[in-house]
Amino acid sequence: MSALLTVEHLSMRFGGLLAIDDLCFAADERRITAIIGPNGAGKTTVFNCLTGFYRPDVGRLTLHRPQGPLYLERLDGYRIAQAGVARTFQNIRLFPAMSVLENLIVAQHNVLMRASGYSVAGLFGAARFRRAEAEAIEFARSWLERVDLVERADSPAGSLPYGAQRRLEIARAMCTRPRLLCLDEPAAGLNPRESAELTALLRSVRDREGIGVLLIEHDMSVVMGISDHIIVLDYGKKIADGTPEQVRHDPNVIRAYLGEAEHEALPAEIAADLRRDDRPT
Amino acid sequence: MVANPNTAPRIDIAALLKDAALTAAVAFALALPLIGFRTVDDPAGLGIETRFDWVATGVGAVFLGRLLLSWLFALRGQRPAVGSGWLAHARAQLDPHMKWIALAGMLFAFLLPFLPFSSRYTIDIATTVLIYVMLGWGLNVVVGLAGLLDLGYVAFYAVGAYSYALLAVTFNLSFWECLPLAGLFAAFFGILLGFPVLRLRGDYLAIVTLGFGEMIRIILLNWVPVTRGPDGVSGIPRPSFFGLPFTANPPEGVTAFHEFFGIAYAGSHRVTFLYFLILLLALITNLFTLRIRRLPVGRAWEALREDEIACRALGINPTNTKLTAFAIGAMFGGFAGAFFATRQGFISPESFTFIESATILAIVVLGGMGSQIGVVIAAVLLILLPELGRELAEFRMLLFGAAMVLIMAWRPRGLLAHREPSMRLHSRNHRGES
Amino acid sequence: MGYFLQQLINGLTLGMIYGLIALGYTMVYGIIGMINFAHGEIYMIGAFLAVIGFTVLGLLGISYVPVALLIVLFTAMLFTAVYGWTLERVAYRPLRSAPRLAPLISAIGASIFFQNYVQLAQGARVKPIAPVISGGYTVFEEGGFTVQLSYVQILIWLLTLALMVAFALLIQRTSLGRAQRACEQDRAMASLVGIDVNRTISLTFVIGATLAAVAGVMVTLYYGVVDFYIGFLAGIKAFTAAVLGGIGSLPGAMLGGLILGLVEAFWSAYFSVEYKDVAAFTILVLVLIFKPSGLLGRPEVEKV
Ligand SMILES: Nc1ncnc2c1ncn2[C@@H]1O[C@H](COP(=O)(O)OP(=O)(O)O)[C@@H](O)[C@H]1O
Ligand SMILES: [Mg+2]
Repeated sequence: MSALLTVEHLSMRFGGLLAIDDLCFAADERRITAIIGPNGAGKTTVFNCLTGFYRPDVGRLTLHRPQGPLYLERLDGYRIAQAGVARTFQNIRLFPAMSVLENLIVAQHNVLMRASGYSVAGLFGAARFRRAEAEAIEFARSWLERVDLVERADSPAGSLPYGAQRRLEIARAMCTRPRLLCLDEPAAGLNPRESAELTALLRSVRDREGIGVLLIEHDMSVVMGISDHIIVLDYGKKIADGTPEQVRHDPNVIRAYLGEAEHEALPAEIAADLRRDDRPT
Repeated sequence: MVANPNTAPRIDIAALLKDAALTAAVAFALALPLIGFRTVDDPAGLGIETRFDWVATGVGAVFLGRLLLSWLFALRGQRPAVGSGWLAHARAQLDPHMKWIALAGMLFAFLLPFLPFSSRYTIDIATTVLIYVMLGWGLNVVVGLAGLLDLGYVAFYAVGAYSYALLAVTFNLSFWECLPLAGLFAAFFGILLGFPVLRLRGDYLAIVTLGFGEMIRIILLNWVPVTRGPDGVSGIPRPSFFGLPFTANPPEGVTAFHEFFGIAYAGSHRVTFLYFLILLLALITNLFTLRIRRLPVGRAWEALREDEIACRALGINPTNTKLTAFAIGAMFGGFAGAFFATRQGFISPESFTFIESATILAIVVLGGMGSQIGVVIAAVLLILLPELGRELAEFRMLLFGAAMVLIMAWRPRGLLAHREPSMRLHSRNHRGES
Repeated sequence: MGYFLQQLINGLTLGMIYGLIALGYTMVYGIIGMINFAHGEIYMIGAFLAVIGFTVLGLLGISYVPVALLIVLFTAMLFTAVYGWTLERVAYRPLRSAPRLAPLISAIGASIFFQNYVQLAQGARVKPIAPVISGGYTVFEEGGFTVQLSYVQILIWLLTLALMVAFALLIQRTSLGRAQRACEQDRAMASLVGIDVNRTISLTFVIGATLAAVAGVMVTLYYGVVDFYIGFLAGIKAFTAAVLGGIGSLPGAMLGGLILGLVEAFWSAYFSVEYKDVAAFTILVLVLIFKPSGLLGRPEVEKV
């Protein structure tokens, strides 16, 4: 298994706040790597550094590609996306007035732009462009089928229900044909049935497209069910890194989630019990 | 709505009165100094003329108006939701017939000069309307599609006009040679201005373009050796019909339009020709816009208007994409400017003030950002209003300023804005659509 | 030397006026993250109120300068504040959650409205007033060239400095200042902890308008002429000052104003008067290219 992305010594500061503190981890191809941690731990900030929205203070972010490594920390966001890193946002960012289909076509902008001869050939209706456009629509339709939105293809994206908007955002990211998909809390606000569908979708993305997935998620049923590898952040620091089994029983993680103070306040036996309960019998 | 006597909204008259009184008090404070006291010129300096009767009338009207409005809202139970209502509905109803409406409009435009009631005066006015339609369509690319607020559009109009005028006067180039050059120059200025600013947030662009419009005017006024300063450029060659000039007595060896066609000379020939010229230019602008909206770059403009951050995450280069919109808008402004120069035969910096930019922006906003037909309606309204009376001419910009504020509050996407997807997966009447 | 000194004095005076207007831009930007496009017109209205005020007082025979000045300052600030409040209430508040372009357009609409309103109500002609305060000190004399520091200039300096101090205290010490800073950082959170966000924003517009009114009164005293179009260029220049100092930064606005005033004075003196307005614009574009966060502003990290 080769690493698709390596993050080395990443740090990011906002004024007096050290949002990420010397973070190192790797994400592999054909693997779902989850980043978990309490609110404010710095998870979204990691994504923002990876996708070029924030410029990290220190750190090397490397995307490993067949044609050689690419260092992301100095690239503009749109170049990172062109290099194959797609993402979704914690608070959904669709193009609300545009139709569902158009959202997916915009995601294929660069391919279509080249096919339209940077608009010149497109203005004259070149056959090459028409073919590329038909292919783009076909590709979009295949994704609409996978996220069950074919029926709504021509409605404004802003008119979809919340869960459908989340799915559309994932489909839109996939329409850029990424090698690494970064999802920021995709299950937030979904009902249990939708969460289960999401889990299935992410599995199929990993297995059929064979790409790497980075997943920020709070819903432990989703995380534990599908992650191959989990990284736990707390106050910007990595406190655990391993398989779901390993992370589940890591004392640091338990402390971070339950809170140090509470543990201290509990009678020793009960605290020990708490830990024991988590262990497989 | 079914009126139910039991749940009829209770109206708190006292609260309404209090609200109206407060509004009236604010109106009083606004009106008292500036309307109540009018400064008048006086041999000894300034004099004052009081108009308290105006203030009283105004405040009374505000009180009653506010009372009536809030009473109506209270009757309906709530304030109407922003952006909804009958207008959006009516607009959506019209949509399937848009093709026919557009065709009918075009037919009318082509036949206008030959209709029994049209005179030289009507054709002249129609030409002016079409200039504004073209400018509106050009600016619509920038504001309506790409969501970039350009407050100095007149600068590109001026660049186009001066390019044509100076090239034609200095180098004796013909209108058709100059037209593309005028567009190119304007687009070049657009890129020059847009490049540093388009990386930044939208409001910076707005204020920089506002400044740019004024700077171009100041340069035109003061760079006398080139632009001839406040005197302007005169003697700009009038366009010819493929080399046939519209003159009564052409110089030796040149055939005039009326001679070539063997008809009597009439001044209206040129006016009619100019009318068709601008009609053609405007239609080209329109076709181009409609077409480019369906290309990747057009969709990227709209996507940028909707959410720039999402665009970056999809690999769209925001600066370059905005720059193309800005340059294309500028280019159409430049074309319109060249036409303006050849039509007038004389241009000076006075034709390119902020009021012009504001007028064009008002046309786009009133018409509904992104709506092509809306621009036509707004341009007709805006140009014809002053023709209807001097009063209307004076109050025109006041009304349009107020209308811009009210329309934004009522329908923030524009009065007639109704977006038709640039492509569809299903046919129009598909059941999946909501 | 004398010439230089005179330009320095004139430039500083002009800069203080720009600075006062720039404060309004920067405050509003700080709190709602938007440029108040109609702010230049608010200043123009302040100047008109000064012209009307001085003329009315003159007709009433109140000519004792300190009294006339205080009355005019007070009434101009009061009425301009109502304009500022109304502007926010009508053009900005209904659009808090609208697409970004909408408030910009409505503010431009308001600006067009104000310009035409004043033109219609007061006439399009330039309004001159008789000098209210005349005379000054001769600072320096050299070969027939005298460097003058007029009483009006002294008044402008003192008034600006006093306002700056009062203003700094207001922002640092009062609950309004705290509420403003809270709204700047996180409006939703501020309203959760019980801050009346709408009221805070309204008051910000009102304060900006009163400062612009003072600038308007001073310009009227300084130049003695006013017309309905002065808000346009002054608005762009004061905005330039705010950007130069770092938009959102209050000391930055004042600093930017002073620099801009000096640049303009020296540019007119040593290069060309015709292009003095181009100078400000050139600065604006250069700052935006090379240091968009301005001299004292903090670079903005866009929250994603
Ligand atoms: N643009 C920013 N400016 C200032 N502080 C920020 C910014 N972005 C994030 N932060 C801060 O960094 C910390 C981590 O935030 P975030 O990465 O969003 O956490 P998470 O996604 O893990 O909940 C928080 O304290 C947050 O307030
Ligand atoms: Mg987060």
